[in-house]
Amino acid sequence: MSLDQSRAPAALIFASGFFGNEAVHVALGVGAAVAIVAGVVGVFTVIRGQSFAGEAFGDIGTAGGSGAFLLGIGPLLGFVIGNVIGAGAMELIGVQRPRGRDLATGIVLGAAIGLGALFLYLTVISQSTSGAAQTILFGSVFEISSSTVPLVILIGAACLAIVATIYRPLLLSSVSAEIAAARGVPVRAIGALYLLALALTVALAAITIGTILSTALLVGPAAAALRLTKSTPRAMLYAAGIGVAALWIGVVLAYDSDHWPPGGRLWPVSFFVVAIVFCAYVLSGLPVAIRERRERRAPAQEPARLGAEG
Amino acid sequence: MSALLSVHGVDVRISGRKILDGVSFEIGPGELTGLIGSNGAGKTTLFRVVLGLQALSAGSVRIDGRPRSRRGAAVGYVPQKFLLDPDLPMRARDLVDLGLDGHRLGIAWPSRKRRARVEEMLDAVDALRFAEARVGSLSGGEQQRVLIAHALVGQPRLLLLDEPLANLDISRGEEVVSLLARIAREQSIAVLISAHEINPLLPVMDRVIYMADGRAASGRTDEVVRADVLSRLYGHHVDVLNVHGRVLVVAGAGSESDLAGHEAVLPGPGHEHGAALEVGLDGVLGAAGEQPPRPEGKAPR
Repeated sequence: MSLDQSRAPAALIFASGFFGNEAVHVALGVGAAVAIVAGVVGVFTVIRGQSFAGEAFGDIGTAGGSGAFLLGIGPLLGFVIGNVIGAGAMELIGVQRPRGRDLATGIVLGAAIGLGALFLYLTVISQSTSGAAQTILFGSVFEISSSTVPLVILIGAACLAIVATIYRPLLLSSVSAEIAAARGVPVRAIGALYLLALALTVALAAITIGTILSTALLVGPAAAALRLTKSTPRAMLYAAGIGVAALWIGVVLAYDSDHWPPGGRLWPVSFFVVAIVFCAYVLSGLPVAIRERRERRAPAQEPARLGAEG
Repeated sequence: MSALLSVHGVDVRISGRKILDGVSFEIGPGELTGLIGSNGAGKTTLFRVVLGLQALSAGSVRIDGRPRSRRGAAVGYVPQKFLLDPDLPMRARDLVDLGLDGHRLGIAWPSRKRRARVEEMLDAVDALRFAEARVGSLSGGEQQRVLIAHALVGQPRLLLLDEPLANLDISRGEEVVSLLARIAREQSIAVLISAHEINPLLPVMDRVIYMADGRAASGRTDEVVRADVLSRLYGHHVDVLNVHGRVLVVAGAGSESDLAGHEAVLPGPGHEHGAALEVGLDGVLGAAGEQPPRPEGKAPR
């Protein structure tokens, strides 16, 4: 690092070459697009209690991604195909019982992990390197080719379009499937469409931070956002914001980590992203904790459960 | 009066078991009807039938003159008491707003008209006080009011409430019941309330549907809550006792042959039979116009 660079404060944050690097541009652009979609879709994942299905799509993505690697097609396509097949299988197995959903998810998840183990083993022996496994499991946002960007935008737009189209009946059936059914909402079809959006979103998250950590980007920002606001659209906005911030800060820190020990190597972006999301979740609990503490000291006239502005 | 809900000769069989057996009744606008029966009597199935969620083996259901498949938003429904998720990012106001058109695709854009309608509904159920609170953080009774407003805001002609009094304390239950009676009258809609117990509904109920074992007896309260009618319904002799304006239905000491004899002399729901019963029911009807009966030892909060 040259002297004149280290004198400017920005140079301490952004290591040299950050803004001129095309891989960084792609990483920032794809990261933001994926985080926005994950924020919007993730709020419903948390409200509906479908984190387990999200996690399963991560593991199904491992099979899809490593399968794609063996066939020589792009990993994103592998994640997408794998997850869409997985979503279809869950829907077919899923019986209309409250616990049927988890059961179907578990069965498909188990099968996918087995397949993923086989495919990963085959990639390792055919390539005699663990690079593919590392990329699939933990992601490498700097290695996304710019030719993938249109597909990312397309899939992201499809997810947002699905959620916007079914927004009201999805919200109603997430509040109460019983009320929604009584209103004539086709609860099962709405749930299946949402599952498709969820499958596609996890595929997007997988190319940025890897299949194993993909749920963190889906569930973490949304869970933090739900603690900060009592409005669903605003929760989506906050979740998207937290996700974009986490990805961008993660990209910056990973780029900087070239200069950190052991030196000459970039730390995985996924580590930073997940660490930041975790911190955001912990911090999001502070406003509630502070409010409760204040209320305990000076009991208000209104009952505490009426809550405060959010 | 043209019936808002007319159920005629409905049979429902689920895997060979007869759940509903020849159920018929009608309810009209402005009326509050109680659907009384114990667990397993068929109340929930009957609700599912009216909501179009349960296929019929026989019979017909018409809502506001139309078959139930084309009922549109004519039916509001408040399910059996359940607690909303405390983390749900929704104010009470938002849940009521969702009642306007939550079944339609797309996103609803806020408008002054929507807001005014939601405000009006929150006021009608006395929920303005907690309209801005996270709906899952409200108490059970408060959530129930919000759910009633949610069901009513779409201007249904028929409102169904599944066990709204379960888990509410006595005075909260009275408040809800009189609120519903007022809504039925003011908005000229038909309200159907299911309950285990008839007494909390007695002061406000216009009609009753008594269910036992998938069969139903319906009519004005004084036509149905009689030993002869209920004995036939239960297929077992029961007595109807009146205690300080409350009704107790108790299994009688009579045997099967007693019942047969009893039935033989009864020409159906009449008004001139059973002097003792009428004494009891006079008490009941007397209570209807007065203060709601309040069991001793349970003062309001």
